Amino acid sequence: MQALDELLETAVSKVDAARDPASLDAVRVQYLGKKGELTERLKSLSQLSSAERPAAGQAINRVKQELQQRINERRELLDNAVLEQKLAADAIDVSLPGRGQDLGARHPVSRAMQRIEAIFRNAGFGVRSGPEIEDDFHNFTALNIPENHPARAAHDTFYFPGGKLLRTHTSPVQIRSIVEEGVPIRIIAPGRVYRCDSDQTHTPMFHQVEGLVIDENVSFANLKAVLHQFVEAFFERKAELRFRPSYFPFTEPSAEVDVRWSGEKWLEILGCGMVHPNVLESSGIDPERYTGYAFGIGIERLAMLRYEVADLRTFFENDLRFLRQFR
Amino acid sequence: MKIAESWLREWVNPGLDTEALGHQLTMLGHEVDGIEYEGTALDGVQVAEVLDVRPHPDADRLRICTVSTGAAETIEVVCGAPNVYKGMKSALATPGVTLPNGVKLRKSKIRGVVSNGMLCSAIELGLGEEADGILDLPADAAAGTPFAAYLELPDAVIDIDLTPNRGDCFSVLGIARDVAALTGAVLKNSDVEPVAATIESILPVAVADPAGCPAFAGRLVRGIDPGAVTPLWMVERLRRSGFRAIHPVVDITNFVMLELGQPMHGYDAALVQGGLLVRLAVAGESVDLLDGKTVSLQPGTLVVTDDSGPVGLAGIMGGAGTAVSDQTVDVFFEAAFWSQDFMAGRARSYSLHTDASLRFERGVDPDGQARAVERATGLLLEIAGGNAGPLVLTESLDEKPKRAAIVLREEQLAKLLGVTVDAADVSDILDRLGLANTRTDSGWEVLAPSHRFDIVREVDLIEEVARIYGYDRIPEHSQVVASRLLPVTETSVDSELAAATLVSRDYTEVITYSFVDADDDRAINGSSTELVLDNPISSEMSVMRSSLWSGLLRAAAGNLARQQDRVRFFEIGKSFHGSLQQTDERLRLGGLACGPAFPEQWGIKSQPIDFFDIKSDVQALLRLAGTASEFSFAPLVHPALQPGQAAEIFRNGDAIGVMGKLHPRHNKQFGLKSAVYLFELDADKTLAAKVPIAKSVSRFPTIRRDIAVLVQESVTAEQLSVALADAAPGLIQTVRIFDIYQGAGVEAGLKSVAIGLILQETSRTLTDQDADAAQAAAVQKLHQEFAAVLRD
Repeated sequence: MQALDELLETAVSKVDAARDPASLDAVRVQYLGKKGELTERLKSLSQLSSAERPAAGQAINRVKQELQQRINERRELLDNAVLEQKLAADAIDVSLPGRGQDLGARHPVSRAMQRIEAIFRNAGFGVRSGPEIEDDFHNFTALNIPENHPARAAHDTFYFPGGKLLRTHTSPVQIRSIVEEGVPIRIIAPGRVYRCDSDQTHTPMFHQVEGLVIDENVSFANLKAVLHQFVEAFFERKAELRFRPSYFPFTEPSAEVDVRWSGEKWLEILGCGMVHPNVLESSGIDPERYTGYAFGIGIERLAMLRYEVADLRTFFENDLRFLRQFR
Repeated sequence: MKIAESWLREWVNPGLDTEALGHQLTMLGHEVDGIEYEGTALDGVQVAEVLDVRPHPDADRLRICTVSTGAAETIEVVCGAPNVYKGMKSALATPGVTLPNGVKLRKSKIRGVVSNGMLCSAIELGLGEEADGILDLPADAAAGTPFAAYLELPDAVIDIDLTPNRGDCFSVLGIARDVAALTGAVLKNSDVEPVAATIESILPVAVADPAGCPAFAGRLVRGIDPGAVTPLWMVERLRRSGFRAIHPVVDITNFVMLELGQPMHGYDAALVQGGLLVRLAVAGESVDLLDGKTVSLQPGTLVVTDDSGPVGLAGIMGGAGTAVSDQTVDVFFEAAFWSQDFMAGRARSYSLHTDASLRFERGVDPDGQARAVERATGLLLEIAGGNAGPLVLTESLDEKPKRAAIVLREEQLAKLLGVTVDAADVSDILDRLGLANTRTDSGWEVLAPSHRFDIVREVDLIEEVARIYGYDRIPEHSQVVASRLLPVTETSVDSELAAATLVSRDYTEVITYSFVDADDDRAINGSSTELVLDNPISSEMSVMRSSLWSGLLRAAAGNLARQQDRVRFFEIGKSFHGSLQQTDERLRLGGLACGPAFPEQWGIKSQPIDFFDIKSDVQALLRLAGTASEFSFAPLVHPALQPGQAAEIFRNGDAIGVMGKLHPRHNKQFGLKSAVYLFELDADKTLAAKVPIAKSVSRFPTIRRDIAVLVQESVTAEQLSVALADAAPGLIQTVRIFDIYQGAGVEAGLKSVAIGLILQETSRTLTDQDADAAQAAAVQKLHQEFAAVLRD
């Protein structure tokens, strides 16, 4: 009978020679199957004396375990090879684009508006809105612009028969909010406004955001601070601001504000001022006790500067090729 | 307003160069729109005298001129201007000189005759856009004088954007006053020398409506030289201010208006019948104006009349019947204070807009009339001679604007500005602005001069102090506010989230105009809106949109025309409803999609978008704020949408929006070729939300039973789902319609609907018997409600 060592050697060489799971299984059956060579040897132990039996049994079992381990190892190797082959066949071109919808885009004016709202909300301002079809009282009279005031001529107002109009600024929301909420008040009011003017630098509809703060002891110095902080927050860079005297009937003192980044030109960006006592009085607020500031920012103007849009009219042409840049 | 720097410096001359002066004006609140430099390229152009004019031998229209620039040698030039004459003084450019228009002069032969230079027109010298030949300078112009120096050039024309509250600055004097106040430089010339009367003649003036005309200064000047011409210096000043010279009398009145801010009118006194009467126009009257038009007068308009009727529209325009001409020898000057209340909006109501009306609307100095007449008289006597009568001022002191002392409190000044301005500085600023003031314990008592009629309350003074003190000197102080945490609501979904949802589903946001074409809106709405603009920009933008769709459709058409085959847009904005008395604005979420359902790609077969593609987008929006069961979709007849592919969207029975396919008959109206799908939701109703209340999730397994039933094809999926939801209460958790079939094996008019029922109990594991019972109940329910038949 063949020595166990030799038998193991032969069997292992057959295991190593097996090229696929089936031939490996044949090797297993030959040695470890019900009628396998090692199985037969175990069966033949009974022919040995009880003294020889334990040692012989141990030897056979050791070989059997060794072989089983080699077979397992080989099987794993062969299985892996099969899997790898299969996976190789499943390889794809990962550079192909993904399936499904593309991504749309937000309009740059909305994008700017959203950021402006976020900046002021973070500072505790409420966000308000008001009607776009306004009456003369809220758009003009209550804002210290009585009938035939020369400032009205500059507003290029769209009118409806009967005297209603499209609001020419977001300032009427000031009046509505003061009357509804009283003071102290800290709000902004973004929205659409309309002027009967259409050329290279004017569109008949555009967007403004109104700001209004009324409280005891609100000063022009506070206004300067808030606008400087706003400009730097919006543009995310240090900026120099210049407040120039100007005139709005509903604020006094009034100012136009120019901004400049290091070494560049002054750019006019907004108008502002201290709420005129006539406006406070017409809304039932005592100007001796309360003071406030208001500002009006042209959103398109800020969006043009922020996103380097050269022509205002682009915002309303709704050309997908332009809009899709704002994803 | 255009103002020549040289003129301004005649009144106030601070130590600032042109740019710095412009900057200071801007920082004073008189924004400088631009500075134009004139006469900067006139080096080498000289005043020359034409000594002799001879015909050109070979050209009828050319002349050979001998000119002198004062040097020993004369110069021969060929001249084509018809107005050249012997003894004329003009401007000569010699070879080597480059004119403002870029032309470099060379010695040349013109039709065989050598020309050693060129006599120039105003256009060639950059001094205007019109010329009748070469410049004809006054006889006293000294030959050889550099031309630029002769005309006080170079000069800068400063264009100032005046704010409407500062009518007092609408003149050289007004701007000079403010510059003097800011810089401390001396204001010169402000006193006008009175002109003594040499004759006694007057033109009688009566004012019937002193409220409209509290002051009227008039003066008769007789015997002027009708051939007098406006001197070049005045023509130049007028030109640099944007005015054309017309007639010495007109030019003088314009000049005085520009200089002193008081509009004037000059009448040919010989053409005035009787005296002048200022009164309100009555119905049926009309007046022939200087511009050649005749206007019917609205009652309530101030007019100047003579015995023949109205001869001028007060403060707006004079009449043609009494206009000055080259025959005029007797002149009557008018300088009136027309009250702002009467002038406001008046010119506009006649569709007129004049330099005078603009000034009167903004207000003029109520005490400035006599000064203007004195100045004009002086100028007229100097230019055209004549004899002046006495100045007659018709004044109603009671009707003139009252000025009262205003209290300026130190405390209020500091409170409003947020900075304490030194009291001595405040006093100084008030002084410099001509605001008479006395110091009190707590501040100042101030009386504004007549020209500062804009100063009526304390805040006006605070602004003046701040303006002169300098806004840039006011520090920045953050307001200290008690910090309060504000609630973040869950009762409505932020429209930002709706926008983000649509963007993630490949919709691009657009902003379209709120006013649209009336036909477009009617096509969408089925009826005409009442909200029609009186003064639209164009007919395409004339009515307020009742839906966002018209704008979206126009935007889509524009992009399709630009070779985009797939357009998916959304807009968040208002639609406008109701009547002119009771307008109703609603915030809408609108969307449009057309073209392939997906962008062209290798992994999905291209197919055109259909109803259910956008329904999925709409449902995504709905689910932001509500559960699926709150919403239902019902067939809809809508003027804009194709019947059978239109749905109304309900939330708990309340209509919140519509969606569907654009009716093909509208495709042409909007210039669209392919199918377009649209949706529009009421944003407030759609985005109203409830705080989610969690229910415990069942630990027990689900059982699924599939059934297929035959029903009438008119039965909707939603009807089936709703019926099944309460067929077996507590058991059927989800109803899933997974197939609809019509065709072979199904009778026409019926459809086969395959439905999956997902069954689950919260307290126990279901048995097969439970499932069988639930399935039977479901079939029974569908049979009862829709005569559904179970399909094998």
